[in-house]
Amino acid sequence: MKQTKLTVLLALSLVLLFAGRTPKYEVGDTVAEFKLKNVDGKQVALSDYISSKGVIVIFDCNTCPYSKAYNDRIQALSKNYAPKGFPLIAINANSPEISPGDSFEEMVAVAKRKNYDFPYLVDETQQVAKAFGASNTPHVFVLQRDGKDFKVAYIGAIDNNTRDEASADKKYVEQAVDALLAGKSVPTSKTKAIGCGIKWKNV
Amino acid sequence: MKKTGAIIFIFFSFQYVTAQTAVVKFDRLEELMNSKSDKIQVINFWATWCAPCVKELPLFEKLNAEKKSNIQVTLINLDFADKVKKVDAFVAKKNIESKVLLLDEIDYNAWIDKVDESWGGAIPATLVINPKNGKRKFVERELQEGELQKFLAEVE
Repeated sequence: MKQTKLTVLLALSLVLLFAGRTPKYEVGDTVAEFKLKNVDGKQVALSDYISSKGVIVIFDCNTCPYSKAYNDRIQALSKNYAPKGFPLIAINANSPEISPGDSFEEMVAVAKRKNYDFPYLVDETQQVAKAFGASNTPHVFVLQRDGKDFKVAYIGAIDNNTRDEASADKKYVEQAVDALLAGKSVPTSKTKAIGCGIKWKNV
Repeated sequence: MKKTGAIIFIFFSFQYVTAQTAVVKFDRLEELMNSKSDKIQVINFWATWCAPCVKELPLFEKLNAEKKSNIQVTLINLDFADKVKKVDAFVAKKNIESKVLLLDEIDYNAWIDKVDESWGGAIPATLVINPKNGKRKFVERELQEGELQKFLAEVE
């Protein structure tokens, strides 16, 4: 028993060490547990999704024109993939001091107005965004559950046409989740996207 | 009164014509990046909706206004191409004199690595290239006063 505990501790410290050394997740990395406040005031943790096949994590916000352009597509991803075992979590890490439109109160208002059927979490300390290596909004991380772990399967943009959904012919997130659902490897596991930089706090 | 109206109309139409932003494809940016001229290319990626970009624009404008014979400043605008009039209006309102090109390439992953592999995709971002020695400097963040001069010295 003692030995098991020790092993767990050792594994944990190794994970911590690893997390300390690599400032951001790459495809294949195991994501550390996080717990953040949702717009309904309740805490949501990654481990709450232990019975899902995976999670679509999107760093997003209220104010960025790219986030606005993608808002309908983000809602559609949630509607399409939550029932298939890939629920969506949106996280806003923007500092409200720098971007007042991204305050918690504004998040609550947006989630209500848009009828979000997915959690919209506030990353007040910006630690989760930093751990993920999120830089833009919207910035997507598709996680696949592997036992008790969640592993990064895709990082990047939603698709290849921010301006016009109809003209997007590479739907990266859909392709990634469809592939995972079919037990196949993700065709494109990493993309980049121009977006609004996350508004980091002044330190 | 009619006269004032006419003058205002002429004033605005004049401003509109002078501020017209060229909408370009990636090959135009590639030309700048592979320029064989003697001029150091200072290329800034920005958008009208990006507050830190707008905040740092005066640094580029100041450099451009110095009219140094060995420096060329280009502001690559990343607003959506259907918003070019908004860009024109912005350029006119802020009296921007540097060359502004709207890069109409929405499939970012087709070109972003060609600018710099380290670019995560956030703006503002700035690229300084010295064609004479091939030295380049790329940064993906808002610049502070004096930093451009530092980069220029680095690529000398």
